Amino acid sequence: MSPVEFCGMTLAHPVINGSGTFDAIAARRAFGEVLEQEFPFAAFVSKTITLRPREGNPPPRLWEAPAGLINSIGLPNRGLNRYLAEDLPTLAQWLPVPLITNVMGSTAAEISELVRACDARDKIAAIELNVSCPNVHTGLDIGADPRQLEAVVKAVRPDTRKPLIVKLTPNTADVAACAQAAQEGGADAVSLINTLRAMALAPRTVDRGPSEHRSARGDDVDSSERPRAAVNPSRQWLGGGTGGLSGPAIRTVALAQVAAAAARVEIPVIGMGGVQCVAHAQDLLDVGATLVAVGTESFREPLTGARIARGLASHST
Amino acid sequence: MSLSAPERRLLTVTANEPLGAYRVLRVADLDGPHPDPGQFAMLTASERWGGAEDERPYLPRAFSVARVHDGEAHYLLEDIGPGTHRLCELRAGEGLWALGPLGRGFSPPPADRRALLVGGGVGIAPLAILQDTFTADGMASTVLLGFRDGAHAAGAALLTGASIATDDGSVGHAGLVTDLLAAELERDGHATVYACGPAPMLESVRALCAERETPAQLALEAGMACGFGACYGCVVPIRGGGYRRVCVDGPVLDATELEHVEAHAGAPA
Repeated sequence: MSPVEFCGMTLAHPVINGSGTFDAIAARRAFGEVLEQEFPFAAFVSKTITLRPREGNPPPRLWEAPAGLINSIGLPNRGLNRYLAEDLPTLAQWLPVPLITNVMGSTAAEISELVRACDARDKIAAIELNVSCPNVHTGLDIGADPRQLEAVVKAVRPDTRKPLIVKLTPNTADVAACAQAAQEGGADAVSLINTLRAMALAPRTVDRGPSEHRSARGDDVDSSERPRAAVNPSRQWLGGGTGGLSGPAIRTVALAQVAAAAARVEIPVIGMGGVQCVAHAQDLLDVGATLVAVGTESFREPLTGARIARGLASHST
Repeated sequence: MSLSAPERRLLTVTANEPLGAYRVLRVADLDGPHPDPGQFAMLTASERWGGAEDERPYLPRAFSVARVHDGEAHYLLEDIGPGTHRLCELRAGEGLWALGPLGRGFSPPPADRRALLVGGGVGIAPLAILQDTFTADGMASTVLLGFRDGAHAAGAALLTGASIATDDGSVGHAGLVTDLLAAELERDGHATVYACGPAPMLESVRALCAERETPAQLALEAGMACGFGACYGCVVPIRGGGYRRVCVDGPVLDATELEHVEAHAGAPA
């Protein structure tokens, strides 16, 4: 397949990873140097980085759903300073593709600080904003409300000349309106879909006991600040209460949302959600995506991205 | 530490034999890296994985390598969910995807300490390859295994010379394997303990060893989507706060890293 132009970058093919579904540093440790030659993606999107370190949600963090996975990981990361001081130099040594750093803050000022710090680093080729974060005042996801989203993007746009990608949440009334708001705010691209909010109850036979359940969650915003459903908390399986559904179960939802967003905006769209094979990737490209991201399927087969890229190349010749 | 290829490999099942309440799945794996004791692989049947009741299984399942012998890798299975059920029905000639070996395994004991292997239920698997390795190195090991009943205790045949405890008293000591461990440590505490089994057993092992300042290496289990550090789903809390990923920081952790072993998060079965 011929290289793909994306926001001024030239990528070897149109397949990247979804944020939080591939840890290049851990994978390099597990698989060794061969990963450098066989890196499965044309660009690497980091896990979400926040200003301060986060431990993430208490376990259990996973639930196998029908044809999918609910995760409630809680964005564990070492915080901006250690990311820049430790992870970035490590990646600079061997990462063979452009690096897209995903960041999340709960106010425009926080996001601005993150964006400015990333802007100052040559190794970072582009910045992706995770806007699936509740506003500290309203509790609503920043990315779920077009007006709020546009204001945030507009506020941080002057902080960087690097490509700014907005990762849209599917947990909203009108994703196309959100895509448009990101564009109006000055985004260079949008990526979607993030996971769909979901919940699992523990099997009734399992007595999980009280002690396991509600350890302090620190500054986790994903779950603790969201309204809890009125269920017996001892039956909520996930330590974070609710989680995000991914995998084949969400593929058709993703296709509809990517199509709606791509029809509404001029800027490029990164499409993702349940992609397992070439046909699924081609569907997203056919409805208007410029790039396709692989997420949960990489958990089952780390080289899925490379396999799909090869398949797309042979289809196009 | 043996490294996995960054992609799953299609292997062929050579046998799937009952061992009491368990099954031993054997797959031809001539070309794969030799796993260290305690390392694991993510397994998926190549056919009919998914699409069963409730559209599960979907994720691969993590299994310790139980033994490597004559170009075959052995895995100990117990049919307790849709994934393990599908693996249990595999027949010779059928395909199995395997990603591995993954994780950090056991470390050898210091020269002046004897190896004390403590296993519970299906968790005895990594102790078998560990005992094989010790035996090959000319080292004796003491083996203590616990099971719920006689049918499960048949799994002890995976190891050599085990002392057995059963919950129902049908085989060996009527009680917990940690009763046997306490007696062994009382008799000669100059040991390194290697343990794998259900969380309450591991917690007892941890507490017993901490009390006596006996070094212990615990092989943990946790719900896991990927096995190579990507999903962050398999964490366990550690002493002093924070978490470790069982897949890449473990599955074998030094017992002193843990404040206590929490009831595990229920691996997808």
